[in-house]
Amino acid sequence: MKALVAVKRVIDYNVKIRVKQDNSGVEKENVKMSMNPFDEIAVEEAIRLKEKNLIDEIVVVSIGSDNVQETIRSALAMGADRGILVKTDNELEPLAIAKILKYFVEKEESDITILGKQAIDDDYNQTGQILGGLLNYPQATFASKVIKEDNAMLVTREIDGGLETLKINLPCIITTDLRLNEPRYASLPNIMKAKSKPIDIIELKELNLEITNRLEILEVKAPPERGGSVKMLDNYSELIDVLKNKEGIL
Amino acid sequence: MSCLVIAELENGTPNRPSLAAISASLELESTIDLLVFNPDKIDEIKKIKNVKKIYSFKNKIDNLVAEDLVNCLKQIAANYKYIIAPSGTFSKNFIPRLAANLDLQPVTDIIKIHDKNTFDRPIYAGNAIATVRSHDKTIMLTVRGTAFQPFAQDGGSAEVELLPDLLEGNHSKFINKEITKSERPELSSAKIIVSGGRGVGSKDNFKIIEELADKLNAAIGASRAAVDAGYISNDYQVGQTGKVVAPELYIAVGISGAIQHLAGMKDSKVIVAINKDEDAPIFQVADYGLVGDLFTTIPEITKEI
Repeated sequence: MKALVAVKRVIDYNVKIRVKQDNSGVEKENVKMSMNPFDEIAVEEAIRLKEKNLIDEIVVVSIGSDNVQETIRSALAMGADRGILVKTDNELEPLAIAKILKYFVEKEESDITILGKQAIDDDYNQTGQILGGLLNYPQATFASKVIKEDNAMLVTREIDGGLETLKINLPCIITTDLRLNEPRYASLPNIMKAKSKPIDIIELKELNLEITNRLEILEVKAPPERGGSVKMLDNYSELIDVLKNKEGIL
Repeated sequence: MSCLVIAELENGTPNRPSLAAISASLELESTIDLLVFNPDKIDEIKKIKNVKKIYSFKNKIDNLVAEDLVNCLKQIAANYKYIIAPSGTFSKNFIPRLAANLDLQPVTDIIKIHDKNTFDRPIYAGNAIATVRSHDKTIMLTVRGTAFQPFAQDGGSAEVELLPDLLEGNHSKFINKEITKSERPELSSAKIIVSGGRGVGSKDNFKIIEELADKLNAAIGASRAAVDAGYISNDYQVGQTGKVVAPELYIAVGISGAIQHLAGMKDSKVIVAINKDEDAPIFQVADYGLVGDLFTTIPEITKEI
């Protein structure tokens, strides 16, 4: 059994982003970049399945420019076996990304393909589901628990108001939610070991896929500021008073 | 060619986010068609103004899996210029899969409509707003419920088309569901929300939040830190990776105000922050702040109100 995990390089979770002066996008020069946190959870889950001897190999795929290799390398340091970098300088949308991933899921004959539910930069929350639709594979999104049962996966997923469990046949697509696991830190020996793990680098155009972006980003702006400033109160009675008498809420 | 809105129901009629999606849709087209999963109150739904046609299944459908739903929807959806759903866990699960079947790139979470194919959507947890123009032949959208007024006009008389039962596929099966039973209002439609953060300290301490919420007939929310710490389950999470809310009153208790949390609640009408750290970033978005120990302050408020 093989697992394929898709990872994305994004601006680090802890960085406060800045919109560019010319409103063309978000400042990425000299900003710390990391693996999308939900993708780290995806890598971790694949490693745990491998540790339970349920899968034999973990292939990590990422799409982007040369420096995306760093992100793949950190997945290898966590415990993935090999990487694939699809090189392009264009920022692609979920449909385009899913078309590229479909190519590799089929080529690698991945049994379990795991993705983060959402990237924290564009916040689309689409790629896994689109990939499931393109491949016509069963999907389990927003997973908080993954168990193998016979030739299927039993996946508990986060839904409005609670949890739902689905049984999906292999091959399948799983997208990860926050509580699925807590990703490990790569140990120094594993970071060293990861340096010799293979990464295939492939130019996007060599794949001969028909890929075009459908959306045009006209501008990116900072959100409107919340008006006014905070009024600090001295005690709870004052608070109850303003909510009752000034705001008329209570 | 017109507009299909896939609505989610609450007690048989479209919920607040779906009514907001209807308002957004009517900015794009003068009439819309609706698709619902439960025919029980169809006579009420028919009265919604400017709805021309309602697709409903003959029997109420629960526990549907995305695969079966998409197989059914792809034929119906192919005839429309717009396919629109409220943003939420339900639509996030099937809208992109439907898009894959129709070779479309959805624009999710829109908060503003500029023209027929240009929309604003938040990115980076709401720390930036992108204006996006779609060049797809059919435009698929999900609408953020807090950004549009719920549609409230009636006087319509839509025709109804009943759909055959969904065919169940073999590769994905619903096994079971655990819904947290709650008498409290839903997070996404509550007028008041009381939210707890890491400062609450433990699962047991969340009782303090619950008691205040019950007194105010409020929904309970939580920050990601509180969810990560295991104080409360993920479906209460307010923020970029949880729910986006905009109640009349949002009371943030022991929440420091991480960017990702602010993205989920900063559109609330009145924000109250209660925190022992006077430098907590939550105070920068709050209307009213109270510096103090939540373990004494909150029970006092609960008692006094």
